[in-house]
Amino acid sequence: MTDAMTRSAMAGCLISLALLISVPLFQSAYLIDVVTEILIYALFALSLNVIIGYSGNVSFGHAAYFAIGGYTNAILLTSHGWALVPSFVTSILVTMIAAGFVAYFCTRLTNIYFAMLTLAFSMLVWAIAFKWRSVTGGDDGFVGIRVPEIINNRAHFYYFTLIMVTAATTLLWFICHSAFGRTLVAVRENATRAGFVGVNTRLMRWWAFVVAGTFAGIAGAIFGMFHRGMYVESAFWTQSATVLIMTLLGGMFSFFGPAIGAATLFILERITNEYTEYWPTVLGCILLVILLFLPDGLAGLARKVRSYVAGSN
Amino acid sequence: MESLLEFIRIDMGSPGLATLVSNPKFAFIQLLNSVSMGMNFFIIAAGLSLIFGVLKVINFAHGAFYMFGAYIAYSVTETMGLSFFWGVIGSAVGLVLLSVVIERSLFRFVYDKEHLMQLLLTFALVLILGDVAKIIWGTDQYSVSYPASLSGATNLGIAYYPSYRLLLCILGPVIFLALWLFIERTRWGRITKAATQNREMLAALGINVPIIYTGVFVAGSALAGIGGALASPFNSPTPGMDAIIIVECFVIVIIGGLGSLWGTFVGALIYGFVFNFGSVIVPNGQDIFAFLILLVVLLIRPWGLFGRPETEGQ
Repeated sequence: MTDAMTRSAMAGCLISLALLISVPLFQSAYLIDVVTEILIYALFALSLNVIIGYSGNVSFGHAAYFAIGGYTNAILLTSHGWALVPSFVTSILVTMIAAGFVAYFCTRLTNIYFAMLTLAFSMLVWAIAFKWRSVTGGDDGFVGIRVPEIINNRAHFYYFTLIMVTAATTLLWFICHSAFGRTLVAVRENATRAGFVGVNTRLMRWWAFVVAGTFAGIAGAIFGMFHRGMYVESAFWTQSATVLIMTLLGGMFSFFGPAIGAATLFILERITNEYTEYWPTVLGCILLVILLFLPDGLAGLARKVRSYVAGSN
Repeated sequence: MESLLEFIRIDMGSPGLATLVSNPKFAFIQLLNSVSMGMNFFIIAAGLSLIFGVLKVINFAHGAFYMFGAYIAYSVTETMGLSFFWGVIGSAVGLVLLSVVIERSLFRFVYDKEHLMQLLLTFALVLILGDVAKIIWGTDQYSVSYPASLSGATNLGIAYYPSYRLLLCILGPVIFLALWLFIERTRWGRITKAATQNREMLAALGINVPIIYTGVFVAGSALAGIGGALASPFNSPTPGMDAIIIVECFVIVIIGGLGSLWGTFVGALIYGFVFNFGSVIVPNGQDIFAFLILLVVLLIRPWGLFGRPETEGQ
């Protein structure tokens, strides 16, 4: 991880951005929908990586913040008739507060205990979304989210998503490459030593959790409007596991890795579903391959290939 | 819009609570419901806790093992026409075979890997086993009948109570005692305990540690299978049941303390009580109550009621 982006990485980012901007020019509704959803999942996976890749704690309940952001935005827009900006901003704030509250408990623990506790909190969110029928719609889901007129059009919504995701990703990039991000890595690598140097390790992990949760909330809020509905499955623990696999597939020790993982997994799921109903088995096998052969994910694989090519020249 | 506070409040005038206070027979039955449900959960969660205690792996696939237990019990009793007893035995044997294969072919490669790898390996199993169950048993909801000799009710003086559920109330403590005696009073139990402390030293003393790991994994998985078979008459085998039970087991072992047998026993009882009395006081509020109890426990003792604080390098 270098401080400034290398020239080739910068070029890669600009080219992908240019490609993303030109997507609606192809006039394909299917393509626009797929890319919109990939962008949402990419942000979701990138946010999770702040906890996993940077602070080194495995959250197994990240879907909770995605769902909190999504449901809050849905309720404010639809049940209360708020305008887009106040509703969106409030959802982000609500997610941030919720993540801060949960992080207070979770950062007292590490390792497996941390993972279990994040899972338990996400299931609490799931249980509330499931049982609080009058507000969330229960297991029927919150259907018919009112999407503000300005983005109530496929191409407009796409650009709205692109702008939000790009802005959020840029912000995340600066956060992860600031002194804060560096300190997080120090905590991940050796919490005891970081503590001796005077770093408040628990506070750092708390911040990492809050940052991750908040950005997941943004992804959730966009997701709800895109599907015009929020469903309890979004908060279920298997959803947390899926985004964890996306992060891992892309590579958790690289900033953009999780976004690539999200895109790869999403496209694979679409393709697999056309041939067989056994996507879970395919996903399970992908996961086994990553675990046994690709511990650093696709980004690690790319790095290996690159050094191999460089070495053979 | 009903407010969240209103939603989770304990309604002192709720018909459920009033009945509990005024009708001792009703309260007594709720009490037995809580114990029998708690004991069923204990049998399942004990396996999860045992595996964690020795192997230090949180096995997400434990729920899938439970589901397989329930499905096998269905196949043995309803399809093959054997008695319920053989259904339970069949589930245990089936899970022993399945878990031996899984442990030998996959798990032993991840014991020295990080927690994230182990967790995700078990999640890969959840995904694959869920589909395997779908291929074998389809997506129907099956019903398993109660064993003929236990389908009636027993007179307990205060009230009649289903005999089958009474059996669970007895079976739970019996399994608890058997596990406790094994771990505390036998040579192999002590060796197993030693494996939780220092496996290098144990291997240096000439003990075959991998065999112990396999044994513990298989025993824990068999408990999930037995638990699933025992639950099948009132919890119909159906796809997706694995994802729910595993979270309930997690709540139980976190409340009790990971890896502690006593903790799992107490955690399961607490869960049974919260679930039954919670739903009497606030209809549909049982899940929220369970998580609130979990929060309270974690606030006071983050490592669970009977667990030990985590130490560096664990």
